[in-house]
Amino acid sequence: MTASKKSSGKDTLWLILLALTGLLIVVGVYLSILWAPTAVNMPTEAEQLAQRIFYFHVAAGWVGYLAFGVTALAGILYLLKRQRRFDNLAVSSAEIGVVFTAANLVSGSFWARPTWGTWWSWDDPRLTLAAIVLLVYIAYLMLRNAIDDPERRARLSSIYGIVGFLSVPLSFISVRIWRTIHPAVIGTTSETAQGGFDMSGNMVVVLLFSIFTFSLLYAVLLHYRLKLEDMREQVEDLKMQALAEL
Amino acid sequence: MSYLRKVMAIVWKDVRAELRTKDILSSMLVFAGLSVLIFQFAFDLRADNVRLVLPGVLWIAITFAGVLGLNRSFILEQDRGSLEGLLLAPVDRSAIYFGKLIGNLLFIFIVELLLLPLMTVLFNVWLLSPALILVLVLGTLGYAAVGTLFAALSINTRAREVMLPILLFPVMIPVFVAGVQAVSRLLDGDSLADIMRWVQLLVAYDAIFIAAAMLLFDYVVEE
Amino acid sequence: MIHASKLVKAFGRRPVLRGVDLDVPAGQSVALFGPNGAGKTTLIRIIAGLSKLTSGRVQLGGQDVQKAGPGLRRYVGFVSHNPLVYDSLTAEENLIFFGRMYEVPQLDARIVQVLEQVGLAGRRKDVVRTYSRGMIQRLAIARAILHDPPILLLDEPDTGLDQQAADMLRSLLVELGSSDRTVLLTTHNLERGIEWADRALILNGGRVRFDAATQELGSAEFRRIYTETVGGS
Repeated sequence: MTASKKSSGKDTLWLILLALTGLLIVVGVYLSILWAPTAVNMPTEAEQLAQRIFYFHVAAGWVGYLAFGVTALAGILYLLKRQRRFDNLAVSSAEIGVVFTAANLVSGSFWARPTWGTWWSWDDPRLTLAAIVLLVYIAYLMLRNAIDDPERRARLSSIYGIVGFLSVPLSFISVRIWRTIHPAVIGTTSETAQGGFDMSGNMVVVLLFSIFTFSLLYAVLLHYRLKLEDMREQVEDLKMQALAEL
Repeated sequence: MSYLRKVMAIVWKDVRAELRTKDILSSMLVFAGLSVLIFQFAFDLRADNVRLVLPGVLWIAITFAGVLGLNRSFILEQDRGSLEGLLLAPVDRSAIYFGKLIGNLLFIFIVELLLLPLMTVLFNVWLLSPALILVLVLGTLGYAAVGTLFAALSINTRAREVMLPILLFPVMIPVFVAGVQAVSRLLDGDSLADIMRWVQLLVAYDAIFIAAAMLLFDYVVEE
Repeated sequence: MIHASKLVKAFGRRPVLRGVDLDVPAGQSVALFGPNGAGKTTLIRIIAGLSKLTSGRVQLGGQDVQKAGPGLRRYVGFVSHNPLVYDSLTAEENLIFFGRMYEVPQLDARIVQVLEQVGLAGRRKDVVRTYSRGMIQRLAIARAILHDPPILLLDEPDTGLDQQAADMLRSLLVELGSSDRTVLLTTHNLERGIEWADRALILNGGRVRFDAATQELGSAEFRRIYTETVGGS
């Protein structure tokens, strides 16, 4: 009796957080589209509007990297402790991270189009890095998909998660050096590249609000995804039991 | 040092077996040669534009040939179950990693040794400078370090050898970028001092990933 | 020499060994029987150091396998389902390789000795690809005893062998078992197992169900015991 009371108490907490997140998202949309000041050196109105994607774009990117870090850390913990829950955490975080990173890339495209005239530019290191991170994520998930045995899947994907995560800073550095040697030639000026506008105080507020909201969203999604994984594990166990009794 | 002797025993075994069958090396060489040929037709590498594309062609040929070699070194063990024989040996599992790594490096170096003069002749670009060779060595080391670990990983999956490039390519992008850029600058006439940043990046990559792979290899092969 | 207590091995959620207690004194020859899936191969692989145990304890020569380093594997020779020899190398090259991995002293002389013992002296310089199944199995045994291990483990060594090869294997095993080596063997052949071993164990459902000396045991009687113990599986 106490167990279910406790868990229903926790469930309520998460429902509240979910509702809160929804509310914050609505507020965030208002803030970024209507409340945040217009960026100073954006010549056209299209660019000004597109710039507001910045708040969404950066927050999504931030969560993407955070999720990847969680996956790598969960991998280390799994290898050390061998507890299934760490692997569940790793895969849940990876799946959510893929979505946020993809959102980062897509929103980056929507910002780039009016600003630079193209949907994509290899000249922006951060965009390129996001693409690389997405590829590593996808490779991680494909690896998991190709292994049937749960223990082996957990062990091997932990290894890949760790190595993949280690490669990200190095990839970033390499792309950075590459692009500072060959400056951007696309777009009106290189100032219109990311971070090229002056951030006034209110902009920072909206940005931080965005990042907070997205982090909360990540946590909520992670929680529900983990619950799903737990249920999946239970089903697996029941299947095993049933088979053993045949 | 008995550890070192055991590592070299593994290298010796792989080399001896390869000398007899010549499977791995021949397919790697043919593949590298074919890649260069295909790029010649794909990009119509004439004298005026060859310097732009050549560094990329070189690294792609090495990368693709490398995948072949990396895969085969473990697939052969797995097909005959002979990896067990290595796991039974009274030595730290990391010795297997280093043995395989050195073997893989040897094979890829042989391919590069033949590829460089070939491309020099075909495209009339001098590729045999020490600085370029250094970049190639450092890049190949990083590539093989991660590749050996991932090859051991991949053979445990349903997709087996197909999984290796999927896992490997996103992670070796720093090597690729650094390698291509460094070679490109060298061909443009820059000296070794000018490309120091790239060299440092490659050295850092090599150090980090050899260490990481050495630690993690145990977890790949444990049962 | 070999000691296991409360040995449990589970693959993920699936238990294979559910608490095995085993004590094999030095010099004993043990035959391990049991139906497929009983855990014989799993047990022998754990003793060989190829598989990690989930819980319990395994000791070889008094040393705990989980605490001792890789050096403990030197005490074990293992003949598994897979021949573990490289077929693009010659028999001699194979043994040179393993000799180096096990740091066998006076390797060349030892190789000659071992090949003679398994009856392959004449085929030393031949590539293993040219060998018959029986010859490969003999080379596998040569590999396993090359470093003169005090413990020898064999996992169904008689599978897939023709009569002549099986006979040769049997006389080889008698020879190996007679020294002060501890030998543990799994087999489906009840008669041969009983005849050769000092002691018989039946493993079923992940536990030891029967454990007795073979001296007083006739093969017909043992067959009855086996069928009873193993039951419907």
